[in-house]
Amino acid sequence: MNNKPWISIFGANSDIAIEVARIYASNGYNLYLLSRNVSSLQRIKADLQIRFEVNVEIYHFDATDFKKNSEIYDILPTKPIGVIIAFGVMFDQKSTQDSIKLIELTVETNFLGSITILETIAKDFEARKEGFIVGISSVAGERGRQSNYIYGSTKGAFSIYLEGLRHRLYKSNVRVITVKPGFVNTKMTENLKLPFILTASPVYVAKKIFYAVEKNKKTVYIKSIWRYIMLTIKLIPDFLFNRTSL
Amino acid sequence: MKISAWGRYPYISSEQVQLDNSSLWSEPFIVNGNLRSYGDAALSRKHLNTLKYNKFLNFDYISGLLTCDAGILLSEVIEVFLPRGFFPLVVPGTKLITIGGALACDIHGKNHHSYGCFSNSVDSFKLLLPNNQILFCNRNINTEYFHATCGGMGLTGIILEISFYLKKINSKWINQKSIKNKNLIETFDSFEYYNQIPYSVAWIDCLARKKNLGRSILMVGDFCNDGDLSFKQPKKLNVPFNFPSFILNSFSVKLFNNFYYRKFPAGVSENKVLYEDFFFPLDSIQNWNRIYGKNGFIQFQFILPKEVSFIGLESILNKISNSQLGSFLAVLKLYGKSNDNWLSFPIEGYSLALDFKMSSDLPNFIEKLTDEVIEFGGRIYLAKDALLKKEQFDISYEKGNEFREFRIKNQLHKYFSSLQSQRIGI
Repeated sequence: MNNKPWISIFGANSDIAIEVARIYASNGYNLYLLSRNVSSLQRIKADLQIRFEVNVEIYHFDATDFKKNSEIYDILPTKPIGVIIAFGVMFDQKSTQDSIKLIELTVETNFLGSITILETIAKDFEARKEGFIVGISSVAGERGRQSNYIYGSTKGAFSIYLEGLRHRLYKSNVRVITVKPGFVNTKMTENLKLPFILTASPVYVAKKIFYAVEKNKKTVYIKSIWRYIMLTIKLIPDFLFNRTSL
Repeated sequence: MKISAWGRYPYISSEQVQLDNSSLWSEPFIVNGNLRSYGDAALSRKHLNTLKYNKFLNFDYISGLLTCDAGILLSEVIEVFLPRGFFPLVVPGTKLITIGGALACDIHGKNHHSYGCFSNSVDSFKLLLPNNQILFCNRNINTEYFHATCGGMGLTGIILEISFYLKKINSKWINQKSIKNKNLIETFDSFEYYNQIPYSVAWIDCLARKKNLGRSILMVGDFCNDGDLSFKQPKKLNVPFNFPSFILNSFSVKLFNNFYYRKFPAGVSENKVLYEDFFFPLDSIQNWNRIYGKNGFIQFQFILPKEVSFIGLESILNKISNSQLGSFLAVLKLYGKSNDNWLSFPIEGYSLALDFKMSSDLPNFIEKLTDEVIEFGGRIYLAKDALLKKEQFDISYEKGNEFREFRIKNQLHKYFSSLQSQRIGI
């Protein structure tokens, strides 16, 4: 075990987060893993400790418990050098439209949850004048589309939030990185048929995130083709766009 | 999706099912991992893939006992533990297999004569049954399940976690002796002469005929003791596409085998080789199975009891070399005593493994060879098989029927099924 800096991963049970944890641990970083599912975190912790011989601490964390979000960061014994926001929920658009509960859960988790935790962290990083924040947003947040706009709008809002945070923390030497994965083979997309060339593996996403932090990137599309796809989608004029089934 | 195992024969459409899905038990399926068995043991209309279950769960540095998910690859175990001075007690010819697969096939390696099968290093495992009960199995608890599952080809439940021992090593290097043998008698003599050395295997030229029949290079070795445990990710070549099927013919294979045989000096030579090159020489060539072309191949592996190994091999090798059906160097190996698992392949004797490019004549030829193997009291390795007949299985695996009845008694036959289990009726 070592004295290397700590990385804190919120939503550490997601497939992408597990791979991000592995890549940081393989580079010797110690890890705080936070998630609702602590029993699953215990397995992830054991795996990381055995594979990489780093320190791993786990905490229960529910993104929608806003009051606790500010406190949870204060509990961490050594403050982390970097934070990754990897939690998020996505439900089928049609079911979400008809359910106040799902709307609330989507907005509260993806947007309010992220903001409430990040404001506390930003304050600390700003004072320390160091650190990085990675927010996993989505290409779905770039233009509202009938097939996925409730989830998309929470991610869009999150992207704008990260943009603002980046602006604010620029002077303090704190980096904020917005990550926009396209399709990724994960639990979240298990039942969707995804086109091969547009789809990344969680391992690939994790590598890109690690690289983005090292190279001081601001916004990262996991597969660069997505930058052009989304640009095209954004450029379609409304009168045509509204006739599509995108 | 279309899937096949390493032999690329047969190719079938198969739908993936998920462990956390409530409809999991609605139709029979087979559990598979990295699809490095050769034939159809891991193939079925529906399959559950374990590769995403890849967590290390516990390791005891004093005893070397490792607990992990079934989907962990042997290559991961080596990558993590070799630098710390630990190595699996049993490894097969490729490290790209899951630990679950190692258990389900009860695999063996170059040290079978000195150590035994993979199950020998297994302390216990957890098995998920169709009623969603998780069964803890070792040699004293749920003994029947233990012996049915080790070597049970995934037909007794879903293997979730395995606890098995690693051994202490003090080097990534192997002291290797290569012994050149002019014929089958010399090959056998060398095996027996060197049987105190833990690891041994012979590459045999199965196209050589008459006085050269059974000529081979026997390689024996053990880990060095020089303290060098630095791990480097091995470099890899790739076979980027299927070779056209005419490239491998009896002429080109003969040429290769000759070349390979002549590369070694006469008598005994010694050198120090990396564990990787000693245990997993073919892993350095990704997709090597493509050299057999798009129709795939059969890896034919049989074992003969020791007392008839010589005459049996002589007779079978003669048939193989006369057939000119071509195969690269085949692998001959000495085995120690059999174990208590119901479907484990090894018996005390010698086993030969060789590849045949798939062709329309091949199934018939294999059937005849298999009949002869069985007449000699031998059997075929289920992890490689795609063509064994039910009658052949019944004669050669004496606990086959016990296994079959155990499956029925515990209602396992309704949930776990592979093309192989259907073919050989277990």
